[in-house]
Amino acid sequence: MRALTWQGVHDVRVETVPDPEIVNPRDAILRVTSTAICGSDLHLYDGVIPMVKPGDVLGHEFMGEVVDTGPGSTLKKGQRVVVPFTISCGNCFFCEKELYSACDNSNPADKQDMSEMLYGYAVSGLFGYSHLTGGYPGGQAEYVRVPFSDVGPVVIPDGLEDDKVLFLSDILPTGWMAAENAAIEPGDVVAVWGCGPVGLFAIQSARLMGAETVIGIDHHPHRLELASQLGAETIDFRQTDVREALREMTGGIGPDAVIDAVGMEAHGLAADNLIDRIKQGVGVGADRGHALRQAIMAVRKGGRVSVPGVYGGFMDTFPLGALMEKGIEVRTGQTHVQRYTYDLLRRIGEGEIDTTFLISHHLPLEEAAEGYRNFKTKQDEWTKVVLRPH
Amino acid sequence: MSVDQEPRDLPGADQPNGRGKTAALAALALGIGGYVAAAVALSRRRESARASMHDSAPGRTARRARFGGYSVVGRTVTIRKPRQELYDYWRDFANLPRFMESVKEVAVEGDLTRWTIAAPAGRTVSVETRIVEDRPGELIAWRSTEGSDIDTEGRVHFKDARGGRGTEVEAIIAYKPPAGELGRLIATLFQSEPALQGRRELKRLKMLMETGEIATSRNHRERTEGDTP
Ligand SMILES: NC(=O)c1ccc[n+]([C@@H]2O[C@H](COP(=O)([O-])OP(=O)(O)OC[C@H]3O[C@@H](n4cnc5c(N)ncnc54)[C@H](O)[C@@H]3O)[C@@H](O)[C@H]2O)c1
Ligand SMILES: [Zn+2]
Ligand SMILES: [Zn+2]
Repeated sequence: MRALTWQGVHDVRVETVPDPEIVNPRDAILRVTSTAICGSDLHLYDGVIPMVKPGDVLGHEFMGEVVDTGPGSTLKKGQRVVVPFTISCGNCFFCEKELYSACDNSNPADKQDMSEMLYGYAVSGLFGYSHLTGGYPGGQAEYVRVPFSDVGPVVIPDGLEDDKVLFLSDILPTGWMAAENAAIEPGDVVAVWGCGPVGLFAIQSARLMGAETVIGIDHHPHRLELASQLGAETIDFRQTDVREALREMTGGIGPDAVIDAVGMEAHGLAADNLIDRIKQGVGVGADRGHALRQAIMAVRKGGRVSVPGVYGGFMDTFPLGALMEKGIEVRTGQTHVQRYTYDLLRRIGEGEIDTTFLISHHLPLEEAAEGYRNFKTKQDEWTKVVLRPH
Repeated sequence: MSVDQEPRDLPGADQPNGRGKTAALAALALGIGGYVAAAVALSRRRESARASMHDSAPGRTARRARFGGYSVVGRTVTIRKPRQELYDYWRDFANLPRFMESVKEVAVEGDLTRWTIAAPAGRTVSVETRIVEDRPGELIAWRSTEGSDIDTEGRVHFKDARGGRGTEVEAIIAYKPPAGELGRLIATLFQSEPALQGRRELKRLKMLMETGEIATSRNHRERTEGDTP
């Protein structure tokens, strides 16, 4: 089959690789009909996530048609399903608590060592996202093997086309959990760093959860425009002093909750970020945390910090004092996708949530490399790329 | 494998803080129980006389612990299954190669078990063990016989986990490779990262018991060397 493979920093290629087959009883094989490129994929593309190997198939946002099932799968051939990017067994202590991205049993035993060393305990397996999270071949391919297919995949009713439901695989639940982690109360002001796909869905979710004002922060005019179309106020961090602006826009109190939807590759020329950039450049496992630092400084006393943005290593000059002295609550994590999929599918079906506004480009799988390049370098117009492998 | 054989190598003989000495004393006090017994004893919460031990952590987690030239590795994993079920699975030694990757074959004859273990360079190592303690639903302990390539003893302990979380499975293995070329081979096999090996095996057991399968990122049924195809 054809599949998008990682070859090195800023080098991804569509190549021919062997078709996947059923390996474990609970597996299913999908013929992929739609698969998206994610901001998280850019961290791999830029080489800031360790343990990616040349030839690894990327892609964790995908859906398709079931073409084969193991004896333990509950899926049936011909069904259309969307697959959560978190691989979860559904049986362990963590899955039972709906902490799906903490599943104990989906990250292969020999892949858990590194994760344990870095984080204390191994995190779950993820599709197409380095050997730290299992080394599972991803879904930017014609076919994909889906482990624990009786737990994750969501069967899509006829009549809902791919573009409406594809983002149930990751960014829609991620935006939703980001807003949920902000513990929004009526009357709240919520500030969101980053108006990429995750930030925009977080804005949409925060509005649905009753935030009175949502403020989106970015520097791309078109992305800020999309944020305001979702009902957010906006701040362009290139033109405006973000902290000053947030203080003034909230009557001097500060936002009640802040959401970091930027992650480890924050843009900007602030001093802290430049130092981080050098460290990240020489590969010392440093995360570029400008957005997170700013968010922690900006949030009101006793406020909430929600971090959907991905970090993988360590960060210097972390404003620990502000965190402690202001009594801030932090909630974060890879999304527990399976916790949200059915509720969000219902909201999509009822027309409460639309996700199609985000898609700027459809490309055949063969042009995936171009999709990566543009999603990275022309972020403003290239808001979301959906690949069609067939 | 009694403490007397190697008094100079007693655990923590080089440790100034007294914790290691306590381990040594415990090992001595336990005498014939051997090093695993000492390690297990140390893994219990501090009971009485060992007043100079400052914490209740398992002895094997001491920063430096040597048990008379034996390496001791141990690991605990919590599995969401009743302990009788886990005990039964483990007690049927023919099941063990399913989750112990280096164990190629297990042959049981009475209370003797012969293990064929893969070693580097396509070699295999043979170990014969005898069950020295067997408490259904609770504990299995074994020790190697004279004819084994490796001098080893071990035990696996099944305890109800707190909060109804299933069973804590604690496996402890002490081993000492022989001298010579075979010894070096075995040393590379086990001493490179024995703790790593042990914890991977327990994790595979957990996967098998909780999910019915062992997670893999391989996309093909036939076993290939190395990673994802
Ligand atoms: N927690 C999860 O499970 C999960 C899931 C998906 C994505 N993510 C992460 O969420 C983050 C965002 O994903 P995305 O797909 O929206 O990515 P993206 O790269 O498309 O968007 C990031 C946006 O942040 C903006 N930005 C950069 N620096 C900024 C700064 N200093 N202040 C304000 N805005 C800034 C960029 O201009 C860009 O528009 C990534 O880190 C991604 O890995 C997490
Ligand atoms: Zn994603
Ligand atoms: Zn699980």
